[in-house]
Amino acid sequence: MNVTTEQMRRERIDRGIKVRSDGLYALMSWRELSYLMTPRTILIVGMLCLPLLMPGAYWQRVMSIVCIYAFLAVGFDFLAHYVGLVSLGGAFFIGVGGYFSAILNTTFGLPPLVAIPMATIAGAVLSTILLLPCLPLRGVYFAIVTLMYPLFAARLIEAFDMLGGTDGIMGLDSFPNPMLEQYFIIGMLLMMLFAMRRLVNTDLGLVFRAVKDNDQAVRASAMNVTFYKALAVFIGSLMGCLAGACLAHIYMWSGISQFALDFSILPIAATVIGGSGTLVGPLIGCLILVPASELLRDFGTLRIAFYSLILVGFIVFRSDGIMSWGQRKYEQFERWKKI
Amino acid sequence: MTGTDIPILEVSEVTKTFGGIIALNGISFHVKPGEILGIIGPNGSGKTTVVNCITGFIKTTAGDVRFKGRRITGKPPHKIAAMGITRTFQIMRPYYSLPAYKNLVIPLFSPRARKTGGWRGGGKLGDRDTVSIDILEEIGFERDSYVPYKITGTLPTGYLKRLELARCLALKPEVIICDEVFSGLSMSEIASMVPLIERLKMEGITLVMIEHRLRELFQVADRVMVLNFGEKLVEGTATEVMADERVKAAYFGSEQVEEVMKHA
Ligand SMILES: Nc1ncnc2c1ncn2[C@@H]1O[C@H](COP(=O)(O)OP(=O)(O)O)[C@@H](O)[C@H]1O
Ligand SMILES: [Mg+2]
Repeated sequence: MNVTTEQMRRERIDRGIKVRSDGLYALMSWRELSYLMTPRTILIVGMLCLPLLMPGAYWQRVMSIVCIYAFLAVGFDFLAHYVGLVSLGGAFFIGVGGYFSAILNTTFGLPPLVAIPMATIAGAVLSTILLLPCLPLRGVYFAIVTLMYPLFAARLIEAFDMLGGTDGIMGLDSFPNPMLEQYFIIGMLLMMLFAMRRLVNTDLGLVFRAVKDNDQAVRASAMNVTFYKALAVFIGSLMGCLAGACLAHIYMWSGISQFALDFSILPIAATVIGGSGTLVGPLIGCLILVPASELLRDFGTLRIAFYSLILVGFIVFRSDGIMSWGQRKYEQFERWKKI
Repeated sequence: MTGTDIPILEVSEVTKTFGGIIALNGISFHVKPGEILGIIGPNGSGKTTVVNCITGFIKTTAGDVRFKGRRITGKPPHKIAAMGITRTFQIMRPYYSLPAYKNLVIPLFSPRARKTGGWRGGGKLGDRDTVSIDILEEIGFERDSYVPYKITGTLPTGYLKRLELARCLALKPEVIICDEVFSGLSMSEIASMVPLIERLKMEGITLVMIEHRLRELFQVADRVMVLNFGEKLVEGTATEVMADERVKAAYFGSEQVEEVMKHA
C-alpha cells in the first residue's frame, strides 16, 4: 500500500450509539440513556459543585461573575445565531436590570429575591420597547446601534445627574448569604440554559431561525416579523436584566459602570471560544475567559494583550469553538478513507 | 351584477416609480373569484413589481389595490397574506438550511393557519409536522420517499418551485399570485405542474400567474394581460391577445406566436 495523504480523505461517521439514541429507543437501554444524560449531568453537577470547589470567598465571587457574563453570552448566542440579531448592547441590559433592582430595593424596600425577578421583567419590557425602533435594521447596523445604547444611557445619567448621577445608587441589600447568592445565580443560569435549549427546538424556535434565514418568506407566510424579533429581544433581555439585577446585589451598588463596554464585548468573545449556536458553549467560554482575566489582573494593561492572544488563538485554531468540537468528538468518529 | 362578477382583486391606477424609473404607470385590472388571470410581458416590464405592490412588499407610489372591495394599499405584507392573498417569489425563497417539510411549519404557525387549519384543514390545525407532510404529498413530494425530509438546499428546482406553492397553500389562501413558477423547469416538470394548477382552480382558489411559458399558460388561463414598459398593452382571452397586432409587434417573436396559435 503506497497511498499518499493526498489520496486520503477524512471521513466523519456518527457513532452507533448516537444513532441509536436519536429516537425513543434510547429509553429502552441504560447504555443509550447514559449516553444522552452524561453530558447534561456533568454540566449540572459540575456547576453545582463549583462554589464548593473554590478556594475562598474571592474565587467564589469570581464564579458568580462568570455566571453573570454567561447570562449575557447565552442571550447573545440566542439572538445572534437563532434570530440573526447581533446585539452589542449586553451592557445596556445589565444596566437597566441593575438600576431597576436598585430602585425596587432601596426606594421600595423590596428584598433582593423579590426585587430581582421584578427588575428582570420590568427591565426586559423597557429594553424591548427602547429597542423596537432598531428592529428593522439589519446585520451590522443593528449591531452598531445597539452598541450605542449603553454608552448613551451612561452619558444621559451623568449629564442629567439622575438615578444617583456618577455616584450611582448605593446601599443595596446583598443576598442573605454568599451560598444563597451562588446557588440562586447558578440555579437560574442552568434553568435559563435548558429552557433556551428547549425553546430553539420548538416550532417557535423554528420561526426565529426562519426570521434569520429569510425574513421575506416569513412575511409572505402571514407572520409579523417585527413581533417575533421583539419577542426574541425580550427573551434575550430577560437574561441580561436578570444578570444585571443579580450583579447590583452582589456589589450592593448600581452605577454607570454597569453600562461599561466589557459587558457587551466579553460575552461575544466567550461565544466565539465556546462555540456559537450551541448555547452551552458560551457558558464554557465564560468559564475560561472570566477567571483568565482575573488571573491576568496582576499584569495590568498587559492583560489585554494576553487576552487578545487567547482569542486570536481560538479563532485561528478552533474557529468552531470548544463546544462544537467536543460535540463532534462525542457524536462522531473519524477515519481516513481512500478516495 | 351577479355575485361572481364582483372582482376579488381590483388594481386601479397603480403607479410605482423607483427614483427616476417608472416601473408601473397607472396599471388597472381586476381578477374575478375562481378565475386564472395570466400576466405576460417582456423582462423588466413590471410584472414582479405588480406582485410586490399587491402583496405589500413595496409601497405603491399612487393608486389603489382592493381585495373583495376592501382597500389593502399600504398594509404590511403579513396582514395582506393573513387576509388570504399569498404569493410565490420569482427568486425562490425557501429556508435552505431546514428539512423541506419544516418550511411549512412557519406558515402553519401563523394566526391564519391556526384559524383555517391549513390547506385541507377544516378549521382545526393538527400537528404541524404531520400537516406539512400531508400538504407536501398532495403537491407532489412522494410521502414514503426521503424527499420531504431532505435539507431544502439539496433539492432540485422542481421541488423548490412546488415548495413555494406549498408555502402559499399552507395558509389556505383565497388568492395565489405565482411569479414565474414554471420558469427553470423542464418540459416534463411543467407538464406535471399544470394539473396541479387546474386542481387549485377547481377548489375555487383564484390564481394570478405570471409566466413566460405561453403555451402552458394559455392552456390554464381564463384571461391574459400583457404588460410592456410598465403599461397595460391589452387584456383579453388568449386568442384575442395573440391576435393583437400591438402585442405581436411589441413583444412576441412572430414565430413564437404562430407556434402557440397552432396549439391553441
Ligand atoms: N427594487 C427596485 N429598485 C429599483 N428598480 C427596480 C426595483 N425593482 C424593479 N425595478 C425596476 O422596475 C422595472 C420592472 O421590474 P420587474 O417588475 O422586476 O420586471 P419583470 O418582473 O416584469 O421582469 C425594471 O426596470 C426594474 O429594473
Ligand atoms: Mg419578474
